[in-house]
Amino acid sequence: MTVETTALDGDEPLEGTESTLKSVAGATLTLIALVALWEFLAREFQIPVWLLPAPSLIGESMLEWRSELLGHSLVTLYETLAGFALAIAISIPLAVAVVYSPLLQNTIYPILLALQSMPKVAIAPLLALWIGFGTLPKIVVVFLVCFFPIIVATTSGLTAVPSSLMDLIRSLSATSVQTFVKIRFPTAMPHIFVGLKIAITFAVIGAVIGEFVGSENGLGYLILVSTSQSRTPLAFGSLVLLTVMSIVLYYAIALIERVVVPWAPRN
Amino acid sequence: MSKIEIEGLHKTYASRNGRVAALADVTLSIKQNEFVTLVGPSGCGKSTLLKLIGALIRPSRGKLLFDGAPLFHPTRDVGIVFQEAVLLEWRTVLDNVLLPAEILGLDKRKSRARAMDLIALVGLGGFERRYPRELSGGMQQRVSLCRALIHNPSVLLMDEPFAALDAMTREELGFELMRIWDADKKTVIFVTHNISEAILLADRVVAMSPRPGRIARVLDVALARPRTIEMQFTETFKSYSQEIRDVIYQGKGAGRP
Repeated sequence: MTVETTALDGDEPLEGTESTLKSVAGATLTLIALVALWEFLAREFQIPVWLLPAPSLIGESMLEWRSELLGHSLVTLYETLAGFALAIAISIPLAVAVVYSPLLQNTIYPILLALQSMPKVAIAPLLALWIGFGTLPKIVVVFLVCFFPIIVATTSGLTAVPSSLMDLIRSLSATSVQTFVKIRFPTAMPHIFVGLKIAITFAVIGAVIGEFVGSENGLGYLILVSTSQSRTPLAFGSLVLLTVMSIVLYYAIALIERVVVPWAPRN
Repeated sequence: MSKIEIEGLHKTYASRNGRVAALADVTLSIKQNEFVTLVGPSGCGKSTLLKLIGALIRPSRGKLLFDGAPLFHPTRDVGIVFQEAVLLEWRTVLDNVLLPAEILGLDKRKSRARAMDLIALVGLGGFERRYPRELSGGMQQRVSLCRALIHNPSVLLMDEPFAALDAMTREELGFELMRIWDADKKTVIFVTHNISEAILLADRVVAMSPRPGRIARVLDVALARPRTIEMQFTETFKSYSQEIRDVIYQGKGAGRP
């Protein structure tokens, strides 16, 4: 914990807001310029629509297929959120267990680390084999990709209490419940949110991978079907929605973080 | 009866290069309400000695009596201040100060009133609802002092509490500590590597030398209280300073291969 760097700096938040605005404005302008360039090149060189549709065509097809896109989006969103929630529900208690039990620390944790090296994409077909083509295997893939960042972040957060603070707590003969509730868990919170933010970006990818392997709905499925039918604008439309979904989910987590952990360092 | 009685205390740690003696044969008796400073270079075992007194670590050998009885577990009769304030960032100043009271299950209303008094005493009145990140390093350390005093312990253990602060804040806090101690006497054991600070604050300076950590000299400080900045320029003060410097540096080469 730093003492020196947290001096009185009342006008810092203002500067922060200003620079955030600047970076958002800069990014938006760059994005608009790139899209305009894309539109121009696609028209100028008459690139075939099935190869690379112009942004305007993508927009048109998104409007045309809006109800289908919405339906498939909801499926993917559901798989993403369900898998993510499952990962939170399992990783955080498991991280607590690992931190408090030397036995688990020496047995389960190394195995988890080894499992993490296994490519999740490769497991997806096996999951389809074991639990079929419904929503469940997608949720499991999402769970698998989210699980690791959350458990690692939580474990490191729970052990991040400065040793002098632990000495202080010990000198007061605090119970382990008191230590957990009053010190360890709140200390871990900012770390947990770092893990959650990483996990949520993986979550959408996990859902799409699950859908690629075998499904009848979801945006991943829509991309597969529309590319196979040379409806490239629709594939791009699905891609746009996936991106938006990913960004919105990320910022939703960041917003929750601001409310729940107002003391977390901002990046 | 002494408040703290230490006799033939040894502490060795296991390290990669075998066993390292952090403290060797320390004998020291600390009176009730005495202000004792432990001064010495790094590695002289002064922080180890402090932790032993707080029963945060166990001695390898020797006797340590607290109020005449051996300590096997940390006692709630001790307040601790560290070099870093280690405040809880999610708690206000007031709630940080109240943490020990909560853990010890003390009466809420009384503790709150005491916390408010302490916060006012260290000059932070009006900051009760602020968060640590809104405070300067010196203010944070004042809060951590209040936290150490909230349960009214009879012993205050301070491990280089002002070492991370700038020289002026450090001086200011030293005088503040003496003022608080004067108003509400406690046994204070204060670790520092600053010789002037050690003399200015103490009734008795315990000068320690390293490898292995041991007591090189115990010095009674015959300066009147309240202490003033000007006392640092007196001949008495200078001779204390010279004496401590001598024993610390003399011990430096000794006992090493």
